[in-house]
Amino acid sequence: MSKVLEIKNLSVSFHTYAGEVKAVRDVSFELDRKETLAIVGESGCGKTVTAKAILRLLKTPPAEIKKESQILFDGEEVTKMDKKRLLSYRGQDVSMIFQDPMTSLNPTMTVGAQIMEALEIHKKMKKKEAEAEAIRLLKLVNMPNAKERIKQYPHELSGGMRQRVMIAIALSCNPKVLLADEPTTALDVTIQAQIIDLLSELKEEFDTSIILVTHDLGVVANFADRIQVMYAGKIVETGLKEEIFYKPHHPYTWALLNSIPSLDKESKEELYSLGGTPPDLILPLVGCPFASRCDYAMEICREQAPETTILSDNHKVACWLQHPEAPRVERPILSGGANRG
Amino acid sequence: MAKDTLFEIKELKKYFQVGKDKTLKAVDGINLEIKKGETLGLVGESGCGKTTCGRTILGIYPATDGQVIYKGHDVHKLSGKEVLKFKKDCQVIFQDPYASLDPRMTIGEIIGEGMDVHFDYSEEERHERINNLLRTVGLNAEHAARFPHELSGGQRQRIGIARALAVEPEFIMADEPISALDVSIQAQIVNLLIKLQREMGLTFLFISHDLSMVKHISDRVGVMYLGVMVELASNEKLYGRPLHPYTQALISAIPVADPDMEASRERIKLSGEVPSPINPPAGCRFVNRCAYAMDICHKEIPEYREVEDEHFVACHLYNE
Repeated sequence: MSKVLEIKNLSVSFHTYAGEVKAVRDVSFELDRKETLAIVGESGCGKTVTAKAILRLLKTPPAEIKKESQILFDGEEVTKMDKKRLLSYRGQDVSMIFQDPMTSLNPTMTVGAQIMEALEIHKKMKKKEAEAEAIRLLKLVNMPNAKERIKQYPHELSGGMRQRVMIAIALSCNPKVLLADEPTTALDVTIQAQIIDLLSELKEEFDTSIILVTHDLGVVANFADRIQVMYAGKIVETGLKEEIFYKPHHPYTWALLNSIPSLDKESKEELYSLGGTPPDLILPLVGCPFASRCDYAMEICREQAPETTILSDNHKVACWLQHPEAPRVERPILSGGANRG
Repeated sequence: MAKDTLFEIKELKKYFQVGKDKTLKAVDGINLEIKKGETLGLVGESGCGKTTCGRTILGIYPATDGQVIYKGHDVHKLSGKEVLKFKKDCQVIFQDPYASLDPRMTIGEIIGEGMDVHFDYSEEERHERINNLLRTVGLNAEHAARFPHELSGGQRQRIGIARALAVEPEFIMADEPISALDVSIQAQIVNLLIKLQREMGLTFLFISHDLSMVKHISDRVGVMYLGVMVELASNEKLYGRPLHPYTQALISAIPVADPDMEASRERIKLSGEVPSPINPPAGCRFVNRCAYAMDICHKEIPEYREVEDEHFVACHLYNE
């Protein structure tokens, strides 16, 4: 079996005073071994919630993973794991790199202690052994002066170094799947390039599968194998990286690609920007969630949710424009983003 | 001082005392001109001193040494009345729209606060003006009664812009105004800033670490490294033919949203991180990360000079 993760009909809701917020709506996808899948979308589209649901990190209540949802890790049902199994699953089977390295490390513990904690719990290492392993891990993630660094506290490190510590913790138990939630958003471009290179190297070395959650298509172009575009809790388009960049079919994917400022663009020219805001997830969704912001919306888009059209083995899109009776619409060619194919 | 110069900054220094015998040289001798009506972009990695530089220019921090001349007057030597006028003329848009708006004030109060200090509007005029400003930044009059927590990040940043515009400034320093926002919202805010500049003839100092956005919005761009300016040129020159090895590395690190181009592109890798500004390297500050470092770079600080017309660089590679 080559699928390491299978997500079927995942729905996640949050129960709030204002009502039920349906953050993720009936999402299904798979992750192959050694594959890098990128989940792309705006804030609030459900990409982080999807990642956290895979690790069962959402607090219940207010969160609720709906009954019909299935999350299979190597065939094992994650939603039915007991507490003990969950502890070994988190960290050892699947681990996560969080978005903000400034706030996701414990400020009262040395970074060494934070890396050793995982080793002592999961690998039952003795303190000495764990310390040596922590130093090895920090060297692995290209941390200068690893021996001294383990005695330092997070506030003594720069953002890039803290993110390296996060990666070291995530890798400490050789997980089969790594969930990286916006691992480079808080970092400078030069450091971002270093971290992405590091993740690529580690992927080759340990055969880890990676799910990369991001809103930055630029990072994805370099690193991902497959891309999945989410909008309002649903997957609107998914395909190989080349298919998404060169043959995108969903108007939302077009909008995302067009809004990237390109270096060969005339300066001060108006950038493409998507008007409106994503729909309120408390309200029931009728029709296509993107219809209110879509330039090509037809009557049916507001009434009925689009079916998924299969364009190739990997490339799927949920849009009424694919219907044989729909008008033929080409992607608007703007000077921004990647325009080819 | 040339007629079209708004700010002239000479040998500006800002040191912070950290601990007993340690000095953090956040800004260490910057020479800069900001021309009327232009957008000057300031880029560099975190901790390079770009925000400190901007804040010292505006007199938010007292300068350790050097001068900031605004329309013929030294900003750091203004009298009480002049300071008030200067603060009206020069406004700031802050980085974090979540932290820079008072959560206990309504949007109307936030925008109106500056007006009350600088203008003498009647209640009606004030109300009218707030509504106009909200419309200018793409919101509605009904937003005036709301609180910041009811708005999204992009909307809050628009409030930050409206607050700056409320006192009719000439100059706005935008300190990473878009880095906390989504890509699609970033485009909206940048479009708004460009439009406002065209309509009102504003001068911008745009501080950011996002090089592609800076290219888009700026007329001239300065690159800072460890408290010093390493290169400054027009936008076309800086991105078309960067001279300083650091600028070259920065530009090559910008991710391109095109898989084939990414695969074929050669990237200049910068190893290591920025050294501590408490104890910067002797000679050129970039020397320990530079691929072209020569003997002289370890010993002598390169002079910041104009090597081509309007193209300044501080690097020993371009000595005659």
